[in-house]
Amino acid sequence: MNKLLVSPSPHLHSDLSTKRLMRDVVIALLPAIAVSVVFYGWKELLVLAVSVLSCVCIEYLITKYMLKRPGTVGDLSAVVTGLLLAMNLPSTTPWWVVFMGALFAIGVTKMTFGGLGQNVFNPAIAGRVFLLVSFPTYMTRWEMPKGLFGVDAVSGATPLGAIKEGLLQGASVPDIMSAGGYSYGSMLFANLGGSAGEISAIALLIGFVYLLVRKVIKPHITLSIWGTVALVSLIFWLCDPSRFTNPLFNLLTGGMILGSCFMATDYVTSPMTEKGGILFGVGIGFITLMIRYFGSYPEGMSFAILIMNAFVPLINNWFHHKKYGRA
Amino acid sequence: MSKRTFSIGGIHPHDSKISRECAIETLPVPPVVYVSVSQHIGAPAKPVVAVGDKVKAGQVVAEPGGFVSAFIHSPVSGTVKSVGPRKDLSGNNQNTIEIAVEGDEWVEGVDLSPEIVTGFPDDNSVIMDKIRQGGIVGLGGATFPTQVKLAPPPGKKCEMLIINGCECEPYLTCNYRYMLERAEQVVIGTAIIKQVLGVGKATIAIEDNKPEDIAHMEKVVAGLAASSAKYAGISVMAMQTKYPEGGEKQLIDAVMHRQVRSGGLPIDVGAVVQNVATAFAVYEAVQKNKPLVSNTMTVTGDCLPVQHNYEVRIGTPISYIIEKAGGLPEAAAKVISGGPMMGKAVSNLDAATVKGTSGILILTEEQTRRAPETHCIRCGKCSDACPMGLEPFLLFRLTKADMVPELEDNAAQDCIECGCCLYSCPAHLPLLDIIRTGKQQVMGVIRARAAAAKAAAEAAKASQVAK
Amino acid sequence: MSTTIIWTIAIISVLGMLLACVLWLIAEKFKVVEDPRIDEVEKVMPGANCGGCGFAGCRAFAEAAVKAPDLDNNYCPVGGSDVMAKVASILGYEVKAKAPQVAVVRCNGSCSNRPSVNVYDGVKSCKVKASLYSGDTGCAFGCLGCGDCVAACRFGALSMDPATGLPVVDEEKCTACGSCVKVCPKHLIELRNKGPRGMRMYVSCMNQDKGPAAKKACAAACIGCGICAKTCTHDAIVIENNVAYIDFTKCKLCRECEAMCPTGAIHAVNFPKPLDKEAVKARIAERNRKAREAAAAAAAQAAAPETAKENKEETK
Repeated sequence: MNKLLVSPSPHLHSDLSTKRLMRDVVIALLPAIAVSVVFYGWKELLVLAVSVLSCVCIEYLITKYMLKRPGTVGDLSAVVTGLLLAMNLPSTTPWWVVFMGALFAIGVTKMTFGGLGQNVFNPAIAGRVFLLVSFPTYMTRWEMPKGLFGVDAVSGATPLGAIKEGLLQGASVPDIMSAGGYSYGSMLFANLGGSAGEISAIALLIGFVYLLVRKVIKPHITLSIWGTVALVSLIFWLCDPSRFTNPLFNLLTGGMILGSCFMATDYVTSPMTEKGGILFGVGIGFITLMIRYFGSYPEGMSFAILIMNAFVPLINNWFHHKKYGRA
Repeated sequence: MSKRTFSIGGIHPHDSKISRECAIETLPVPPVVYVSVSQHIGAPAKPVVAVGDKVKAGQVVAEPGGFVSAFIHSPVSGTVKSVGPRKDLSGNNQNTIEIAVEGDEWVEGVDLSPEIVTGFPDDNSVIMDKIRQGGIVGLGGATFPTQVKLAPPPGKKCEMLIINGCECEPYLTCNYRYMLERAEQVVIGTAIIKQVLGVGKATIAIEDNKPEDIAHMEKVVAGLAASSAKYAGISVMAMQTKYPEGGEKQLIDAVMHRQVRSGGLPIDVGAVVQNVATAFAVYEAVQKNKPLVSNTMTVTGDCLPVQHNYEVRIGTPISYIIEKAGGLPEAAAKVISGGPMMGKAVSNLDAATVKGTSGILILTEEQTRRAPETHCIRCGKCSDACPMGLEPFLLFRLTKADMVPELEDNAAQDCIECGCCLYSCPAHLPLLDIIRTGKQQVMGVIRARAAAAKAAAEAAKASQVAK
Repeated sequence: MSTTIIWTIAIISVLGMLLACVLWLIAEKFKVVEDPRIDEVEKVMPGANCGGCGFAGCRAFAEAAVKAPDLDNNYCPVGGSDVMAKVASILGYEVKAKAPQVAVVRCNGSCSNRPSVNVYDGVKSCKVKASLYSGDTGCAFGCLGCGDCVAACRFGALSMDPATGLPVVDEEKCTACGSCVKVCPKHLIELRNKGPRGMRMYVSCMNQDKGPAAKKACAAACIGCGICAKTCTHDAIVIENNVAYIDFTKCKLCRECEAMCPTGAIHAVNFPKPLDKEAVKARIAERNRKAREAAAAAAAQAAAPETAKENKEETK
């Protein structure tokens, strides 16, 4: 007879695993990736490939040679970081800039804190912000999407960039909007300049719904970001529509959808309770709008997420689950 | 209307009730039984037989060793072979009475006929005495002596009796069969307990994955209620299927929307919870004079060709039951006494069953082997699953860091060890394994504090008397 | 220009003086008067903060030692006599010499002696394992092999031997702080006197089962037969709960019990020569024979006057 296994209860385990959760995130990103590759062509594919490959290799090398512990590449978290980083970059980014971003994301933001689960800041966002402040020229050179594998792309500004620029020159928001030809339809269905993650709101939303259905994430953080952005921008817009953009514009442009659905909901760097998540989301929404309206950068999503990341331990301390039998 | 369930956490494991169609069979009496004297929570019973004594089935072989303790009866007729330490299912020595079986002779007064006796005495002291003498303990898992639970402390009033027919553990089906095959007995037992407690309402809570039970029990309850006023006030409540619905605190929350405060007892919120099997045992003891000498257990597992629900004499070796059920299959990797969520893994198959054994589950390596531990990704799935609203990831870290005061602040002592956290962790962390040790430490601190407070109070009292 | 510089210097100087006064006042107000000897004692402590003395750390030990009337209840097992002599000289106490001790693992249930019958599949912790069941083998008293003692040791003196699955104590590194003793759920580790040149004897088993059951579970088990207790001429061995225990304060290291033990449960370490079992057995047999003869002679002598009496009576 074979030897009996003995272990403490429970004796059954769900089929959840870190790898499965990460795989679901990758699957959820696929529609947006497909759209961006279709619109930006092989350049975008190159950015994606370099980013993912560098993230995975850097994590592998660090765990193997510096930390000398079992590798964690198998859990696919580095792949997710790589994909998200790439989706935050313009398709024109040179490969070595992408590599630098990956190095910062994995090497500094993730592994110096102890690897998956220990990092305070979202690695992909930290990587993007690092590149934004280090290589601003590469990071703001956007290309207008030019259809399937088009070669003669023209560079242009993102809607948010155009607004910021226009306002500085004294134009009003509606004027800039009509001059740029920005319609909400095109924001929803991929037709504006930006990074892969900004191009198609609808593709990202499909992925978000997939994550919700698979119960990978809960909607609290995302919805509270949207709610805050809508409410706060509504107030400003009603006060002065010529200076402030409207709620719909704010929800559909920039990294709003990508950030709120995929980056702010990162397990490791978001609060663990639902109430905490709502506060976290309100903070992100508010800071984003403040940067968009009053800051010197056209877009503030990344900064907002990073700032709120730093508050997560505090939020986790404030909000606890409702305990049974304890009023 | 959506069905009731508890308000915090919970999980939905596959219920795997593959033995639900198997009617209860009576397992032949084994040649030798091993009756442990520690089959209940509380003080072990004291053996009152000596080697060489002839005993009959139903005869007392051990007496309560304290207030919280229970009588133990010989489940068979035969000769006492030895009284001494024997290894239990986890390999630790327990004082055990070994009885070699000879025939099947019962003590006088036990009614073995299948007739259902519906009329029961009005005198509660008679009933309580029969429950005590019958060695009845809670059969839902905790094996708490029933007579203690049915005597609420002074000043506490029971408002509702909850009969737990949830059977939220996957695989187990013996309660399901009880409610199909022995519904009348269960309802009569419920009425008896209800009368003892002096409570107007009794609810039989059944999860909605057992619709046949709900329908049948409703019919039986209606039939008996029409026959006598003693059966008024009993109702059947269908519950939403969710683990751990059958946990005492969770069930009270689900049925009454009240929560027992930390460290409190169900009676504090006016509830008493008894298991379906306990209600049946009460029926047997009161109406049939039959002490608790056998119980029903599910023998199941996906790797077993045939599943069973067996009525087994207490003290039957587990190996004997498995052999009768067709032997241990080649693929078997783990034998569990009880359900897969809270049952205990058996390390010694020669160990005998006890009053609380509710099932023997055989799992394969693939089903039960733990995946290698990885890093916590702070997903919070453990705290979403925790039915007590605790934060297992935090308790896990605090225990590892040996921070006992912080563990108490974060309510480690409230853990009911249901296993939801470990079940749902995507990083496969041994959350409950570690939290259990932390809980024990906190409980130790709390007990020491209570003892110190008691001693101080007594000292103060003594000095006052001296003055 | 120059006035700005002068003003700046003046303001900063005045501000600095003001703040210095505030700091000084606060420091005076909240001054903690501490016995300076506490610092002195702490300085000579090993600084491991192991808690082997029973206090939270070296500082706590120093505080307690300064307060205590003597050093009887305060002993640093890590520093040993050297450190205690220093502490005593600082505090002006007498120090009592204490024999150096070492941790001893009293289980010999190696993989070959004690075959496993189960496989553990849980967190690697003796504490968790012990609360779950008796262990992977038939022995409910032996080492669980998860290495809680190794983790508890702050001196790197313990390691798991992969061949036997048992912890091994490095005598050089062991400071007898007792951390491992506290952490072992089976209470297998004991602090015993190191003995002359490290020579010591102990029973390497804690199995309380009756002989046959113990033997079945482990080939090297103490079966509680009592031969060692009978053999011992120094009254150093007691049998309790079916297991022998050698009192190291009485043991004279004669190794007779080791020779007589039928299962090899008695271990002798650091002896220069291997034991010649047959010679010792012969010696004991000889001694027993002589004792028997002496007893018989004594009995005969006791009986002798009576016989004489009887003889006398007969002659009468």
